[in-house]
Amino acid sequence: MGQWKQKTLNRKNWMALTGLFLCFFLVIHLLGNLQLLLPDERAHLQFNAYSHLLSGNILIKIISWVLYASITAHVIYAVVLTVTNTRASAKKYHYDKRGAVSKWYSRNMGVLGTIIFIFLVIHFRDFWYVYKFGQLPLDSAGNKDLYRLVTAVYSELWYVLLYVICMIALCYHLLHGFFSAARTLGVYHPRYAGWISIFGWVFSIVICAGFALIPLYVHFLK
Amino acid sequence: MHIRLKIWRQESPDAAGSMKSYTLDQVDPDMSFLEMLDMLNEQLLQHGERVIEFDHDCREGICGQCGIMINGRAHGPLKHTTTCQLHMRTFREGEEIWLEPFRATAFPVKCDLKIDRSAFDRIIQAGGYISVSTGAAPEANSIPVGHPVAEAAFDAAACIGCGACVAVCKNSSAALFTGAKISHLVLLPQGEIESQARVQRMVNQMDAEGFGHCSNTEACEAECPQQISVLHIARMNWEFNKAQVLKK
Repeated sequence: MGQWKQKTLNRKNWMALTGLFLCFFLVIHLLGNLQLLLPDERAHLQFNAYSHLLSGNILIKIISWVLYASITAHVIYAVVLTVTNTRASAKKYHYDKRGAVSKWYSRNMGVLGTIIFIFLVIHFRDFWYVYKFGQLPLDSAGNKDLYRLVTAVYSELWYVLLYVICMIALCYHLLHGFFSAARTLGVYHPRYAGWISIFGWVFSIVICAGFALIPLYVHFLK
Repeated sequence: MHIRLKIWRQESPDAAGSMKSYTLDQVDPDMSFLEMLDMLNEQLLQHGERVIEFDHDCREGICGQCGIMINGRAHGPLKHTTTCQLHMRTFREGEEIWLEPFRATAFPVKCDLKIDRSAFDRIIQAGGYISVSTGAAPEANSIPVGHPVAEAAFDAAACIGCGACVAVCKNSSAALFTGAKISHLVLLPQGEIESQARVQRMVNQMDAEGFGHCSNTEACEAECPQQISVLHIARMNWEFNKAQVLKK
């Protein structure tokens, strides 16, 4: 085998590391977005000020570049892994009941990942792109009025439903992805592997429920 | 009991195969699955037909030779069982049973249900051993090994190399087999010495054979006749990553 060819375990390491960074980002993103749940007047100025603070901070800029790189690498490696796996298992069974011994979401990480990717494209287009490159009105404090954009977008019911469905897909992706990343990086001790599984479950449900709650709250209660 | 069988027939590695139907009467429910195939083969011989070829050896669940995909499950519908330890009482009267070889690009079909698992042998040849001069058996207590460690190493060493882990894996990954072999040796003082070079060589060979990536679905552990833990895969990853970081 040529030395240029990356080993399968290294590819999985990159998937795990980029995936865990994206998990870390989800925590920061959710904590910031929870400000949207504050009373309207307070949330309006505070959320816009927070967005302005983030866009001017060098540390956040570095994190955002790592974020773009992580998303790109995670997607590219997912494609590479899928191609290799398809090649390795090209011969299909005529009668296949292998699914009886594993969880459906562990076998469909690619499908769940594709749903999340489509969601990200929509999400970036509607908020990130408009904030960075679009024309947004200013609020009374002189910051770009991202809050009004968010509440306007979340007033559409179909959009809220799309968000919730995508958060369910994300939840299943994380349910498998979080513990799988730890295994890939080599957590073999039964005690810690067990704890990480439990933590992964709690993490996935809390993060995704939090993200799903925001559009629902804004749509129905604001 | 009466059963209907759909069996993969393929004359040679290059021939195109297909599923063929057979029926069998007077099957004793206490027969093993392989005895049922013997019975079918006797009937085929009497009719002058080519017998169904399948791998088997010890027929007591320890050699790892037998391995058939039965009704879409590796070694049949029971968990942690070899094909030879599966009995006909597991099936219903009149049931249709589908038999296929374990399928993976790295396990080419040789004939009917018989596959070429020499990819596993080459992974072992790449590093699944310790480099010591052989001679008379040394004194067993000259290198002390704690009982829990010996048991853990033996749990990994119990892998019989049947290939069910690859057969059940959606990616045809050999991570459980390779992980078990790496774990077994690294746990013991004799094997620990060469652990860095071993893990790299064995993983290289695993990749070269064309096995897929491990997605941690854990299906392999559920079907493994020896209940080899998926944590051995994590240990392989740990050993591999450690070797990558520490290599000179």
